[in-house]
Amino acid sequence: MTDNPEASSLEAHSLSCIRDDRTLFENLTFRLVPGQILLLEGRNGSGKTSLLRLLCGMRQPDAGQIHWNGEDIFQLGPDYHSDIAYVGHKDGVKQDLTAYENLKMARGLGAPNPTFSIDEALDRVELWGFDDSPARTLSAGQQRRLALARLLVTRAKLWILDEPFTSLDTLGISIVESLFAHHVAAGGMLAVTSHHKVSLDDADIVRINLSS
Amino acid sequence: MNTPSLSRAFGLLLWRDLTLAFRRRTELFNPLLFFVLVTSLFPLGIGAEPALLRAVGPGIIWVAALLAALLSLDSVFRSDFEDGSLEQFLISAQPLSILVLAKVVAHWLITGLPLLIVAPLLGLLLDLPTASIVTLMLTLALGTPVLSLIGAIGVALTVGLRRGGVILSLLVLPLYVPVLIFAANAVESAGAGLSIAAHLSLLSALLALAVSLSPLAAAAALKISLS
Repeated sequence: MTDNPEASSLEAHSLSCIRDDRTLFENLTFRLVPGQILLLEGRNGSGKTSLLRLLCGMRQPDAGQIHWNGEDIFQLGPDYHSDIAYVGHKDGVKQDLTAYENLKMARGLGAPNPTFSIDEALDRVELWGFDDSPARTLSAGQQRRLALARLLVTRAKLWILDEPFTSLDTLGISIVESLFAHHVAAGGMLAVTSHHKVSLDDADIVRINLSS
Repeated sequence: MNTPSLSRAFGLLLWRDLTLAFRRRTELFNPLLFFVLVTSLFPLGIGAEPALLRAVGPGIIWVAALLAALLSLDSVFRSDFEDGSLEQFLISAQPLSILVLAKVVAHWLITGLPLLIVAPLLGLLLDLPTASIVTLMLTLALGTPVLSLIGAIGVALTVGLRRGGVILSLLVLPLYVPVLIFAANAVESAGAGLSIAAHLSLLSALLALAVSLSPLAAAAALKISLS
């Protein structure tokens, strides 16, 4: 592991993913460097979520390798995981814990971010004042924002996000887009699927369309 | 505080699971209630003959404890699987096996420890001699953690299935049998004034084996279930 953000890179070499005898994609190769956004496009069922789960290391690719800073992510294991943060379809929010406790747990599982305290992270997603509320009393959009606040409490360089804008209103979307812009400007990386049009001006976007 | 810390993550997860259990207190008492009800129904069913109860008591208490443990197993990973927390554990900066161990410890504190505490009362109910009751406590202290640890492997394998309940019992019960045999036999032997050192050694060995291996096995099983 290196602290120099310039040295980070995520590389996929001829990835294939087969699910239930159906080839979702094959021979997929791309490279992502700091400041770049990987935007996955494609129809429903084209393998966007599967690709993100491969990138998280939750699933082994059927062929090909994924390299983080030049090393295979399955070799790196927890060293790789301390550099990534993932928000999937399921929020991963514990309904019976308060917003604060949820983030405390997320912070403890990863490498804590020295620049953001939990309160600041809640403030950034405009959940300030909800820190003591059990997550189950929050609305769907607020829960989504709470899940996205997890990105801030660890110092992950690579954010992997599956449909982050689901159930967010326009205000929520603009909050999250500003988080993205900040992260990318600070030398972070982003891998994201979205049906929404991601409006990030002058961002360096790598587009991959899995349907084509 | 800014580096990933294993002991901190272990402690946090333990705290989290205990907090969650405490906030759902009604579910907390289900295994305990089952344990007490089953054991106390036996004298009604087979007759309150002290000699008979003393003979079958150890077996009854241990079978009830085993079934209570089995009943509570599903809760180890189920809710974390459903809300996506399990995915977060999988990609956490800590080894998954350590997190699994924290969850199992929490599970045992919630479901196993209460059994241990009420067991002496049930022993009195079944007219077990004092030596048997002490041994019962000892075997439960050594045996119920083994049940939780082995059970975690089974739950980890079946958590992705919609109806994993039956498969879970089939998977886990055969592995529970050695614990049941040695533990119930130890309680009986103690009542007859025989040495129980061998039984306790074997149970301790099972516990040592389960503590060291089952978190690894359960972690591997979870990775399969979630991929």
